[in-house]
Amino acid sequence: MTIDTVSAGRRASYRFNKIGLMSLGVILAWALVAIFAPLLAPYPIGKIVNFEFFAPVSARFWMGTDYLGRDMLSRVLMGARYTVGISLVAVALACFMGVALGMMAAVLGGWIDTVLSRLMDALISIPSKLFGLVVVAGLGSSIPVLILTLAVIYTPGSYRFARALAVNINAMDYVIVARARGEGLGYLVRSEILPNITGPVLADFGLRFVFIVLLLSGLSFLGLGVQPPFADWGALVRENLGGLSFGAPAVIFPSLAIATLTISVNLLIDNLPRKIRDQGA
Amino acid sequence: MANIVEVRNLEVEAVTDAGRVATIIDNVSFDIADGEIVALIGESGSGKTTIALTLMGYARPGCRISGGSVSLNGHDMAKLGEGECARLRGVEVAYIPQSAAAAFNPAHKIMDQVIEVVRIHRLMPLKEARAKAIELFKALALPHPETIGERYPHQVSGGQLQRLAAAMALIGGPKLIIFDEPTTALDVTTQIEVLRAFKSVMQGKKIAGVYVSHDLAVVAQMADRIIVLRGGAVQEAGATEQIIKRPTHPYTQALISAVEPALFAGVNAKEEATKPPLLEINNLYAGYGGFSDNGLPRLLAVKHIDLRVPAGHNLGIIGESGCGKSTLARAIAGLLPAVTGNIVLDGKALAPYARHRSREQLRHIQIVFQSADTALNPAKSVSEILERPLMFYHGMTRRDRAKRIGELLDMVKLPRGLGNRRPSELSGGQKQRVNFARALAADPKLILCDEITSALDTVVAAAVIDLLKELQRELGLSYIFISHDLSTVRAICNDVAVMYAGEKVEQTSPDKIGQAGGHPYSRLLFDSVPKLDQGWLDSLKQDEALLEAYAVR
Repeated sequence: MTIDTVSAGRRASYRFNKIGLMSLGVILAWALVAIFAPLLAPYPIGKIVNFEFFAPVSARFWMGTDYLGRDMLSRVLMGARYTVGISLVAVALACFMGVALGMMAAVLGGWIDTVLSRLMDALISIPSKLFGLVVVAGLGSSIPVLILTLAVIYTPGSYRFARALAVNINAMDYVIVARARGEGLGYLVRSEILPNITGPVLADFGLRFVFIVLLLSGLSFLGLGVQPPFADWGALVRENLGGLSFGAPAVIFPSLAIATLTISVNLLIDNLPRKIRDQGA
Repeated sequence: MANIVEVRNLEVEAVTDAGRVATIIDNVSFDIADGEIVALIGESGSGKTTIALTLMGYARPGCRISGGSVSLNGHDMAKLGEGECARLRGVEVAYIPQSAAAAFNPAHKIMDQVIEVVRIHRLMPLKEARAKAIELFKALALPHPETIGERYPHQVSGGQLQRLAAAMALIGGPKLIIFDEPTTALDVTTQIEVLRAFKSVMQGKKIAGVYVSHDLAVVAQMADRIIVLRGGAVQEAGATEQIIKRPTHPYTQALISAVEPALFAGVNAKEEATKPPLLEINNLYAGYGGFSDNGLPRLLAVKHIDLRVPAGHNLGIIGESGCGKSTLARAIAGLLPAVTGNIVLDGKALAPYARHRSREQLRHIQIVFQSADTALNPAKSVSEILERPLMFYHGMTRRDRAKRIGELLDMVKLPRGLGNRRPSELSGGQKQRVNFARALAADPKLILCDEITSALDTVVAAAVIDLLKELQRELGLSYIFISHDLSTVRAICNDVAVMYAGEKVEQTSPDKIGQAGGHPYSRLLFDSVPKLDQGWLDSLKQDEALLEAYAVR
């Protein structure tokens, strides 16, 4: 009986509040769109379906048409694939590398820590947009290049964050006891440190995702992102920028898409269930 | 004498994490007469600090004074609003915290912080306040009273800082001072000076005081009356002499008997000498920082240590903070590599680094730390914590592990059901037992106990010591017991080594320590431990030359 009440109490604290639920809903919706976009899109994305460009919202074209007369709804839906997909892979790579290296540096210390940290500092000192521009301009824009560039740009921040947290945990007596027991690096990192920093690391993951969405949109806006006829949301904004003066919906909807996704992620992080937030920190 | 404080039927409520409301102070009533010092004594969680804080009209976050009255010099602090309380704090009632080091802002000069109360309440011109502060520095026997205020907090010692905190409390001319464990964090030799300074100022100025502490011997020196608390309720109240000489409540009796535990009934030294040593340490040096030209670390923490621990015997290592006793434990465990010297276990030399030692060698020496809170991984359950050494050293299967965990929990006298709990769901004593069970899981020969009872309440600590002795009888363990508390060490060790400034100054049996003929520092240390006797502090005569040579002032 007592066991039941205890587990009920634990389950309850995993519950989201209203804002958290709403933002989670928006994020899940975009994720579903990204997965099922080809099925949802009413028109092929490259096909000119209307002779009127920058058409207003209508029953046939729910988000109007773009500067060539292509259906905006289809393009935004397909854009979600690129924006969410590329950003997600890039942020996963960046956080994995950053957190793994950060914890390693904290546990090993000594010259390994110094070398890694200075290397990351050097990377951080390069402006991210500039770095992206140079790499993409040099190597040409393809999706793997984009993902790797974004991951490299955001690894140092994640490294710094994880290392700072891990250094604190590393000084705890239970880690010292584990060292005295003779435990190796793998165990220390996996079992003693990681479980105690997951809360903040998850929050950082979300924030970094937002940064990457914005940077990707920025690169695409500059024409260095996803190449036509495909387009992510940033590219959609750039393509249709000319329509801004006509008040065309073609430029407003992709901007809205970027905004809803990034704001939702931010709100979700702020409203994570207490149980997750309290892991570590 | 009129009463300055009258507390009637005080109740304080707290909201728990689960959202329930719990009454943490239940129907407490007491008075404090003008110029009287009343001690609130009890173990952690007994509500002693909570009660003391209500005298300032303050309840910690999540708590609320829910009933009764706290009358201070005619003001009911329980009913006043925050603004009105703030006007009285510092002028009517002042507070001296446990850690003065945390109470001073490191970025400002001491004088500015001491006279801050005057500035806030606009009591007197600042020039006058400075003069008054210097008077107080003199009264508190601080060195260089004229200039000490110009220093920053890190430029004075811990004992001085605690007295400066007292000056900060006294400057507003309060009628009541709350001492919240003000000497708990200090070394014994420093504690005496601080206590003396507090006592003379309080008597000189006829200020009433509330002295919150868990240390009966210290309280016996300071207080006129003692109130014994447990679980937020008064157990016994009476004059100091009556409480320490003729306690009536069983809980008070338990507290008193835990203050001075019986000496360890050791095996005699002759027998000891014939046994082969389990651990032998020769000429050990260890330290921190880079290496200087002579090949030794820049900051040498441990110098020229020779030790011998025969199998089944206990060695106590005692000394004040910074004497290198914990560094020695780390060097033995291989956490901090010894620069020179041999560590020989069972006839085989150990590598200085833990990672160069074999798993079997590591298994034989286990270490247990002081702070049970940081020694257990908060993300793991008790069984998971105990499981790891079983798997790591013994490669046990899942079923064997489950069985062994049950046995280990039995050994340290914890209910088996505790295995599913997280460390945050355990009490301090329970955590320390889990900590100890983890060391036992390795089946070690030697356990290094680094201040393992220091963070525990007296009664709980006594129970842990009893457990250690019992396990030793059953399992034939040896302990190296590191502590700053002489009476605990004397209760469990066959042999006591005294350390000062990184060196071992003396090694002797527990009954001989501090006796005539021993090392002068051991005598000073022995004499400085407060005794459960009201007149101890006043009658204590200290050798000035000794203090000059060894005490950190």
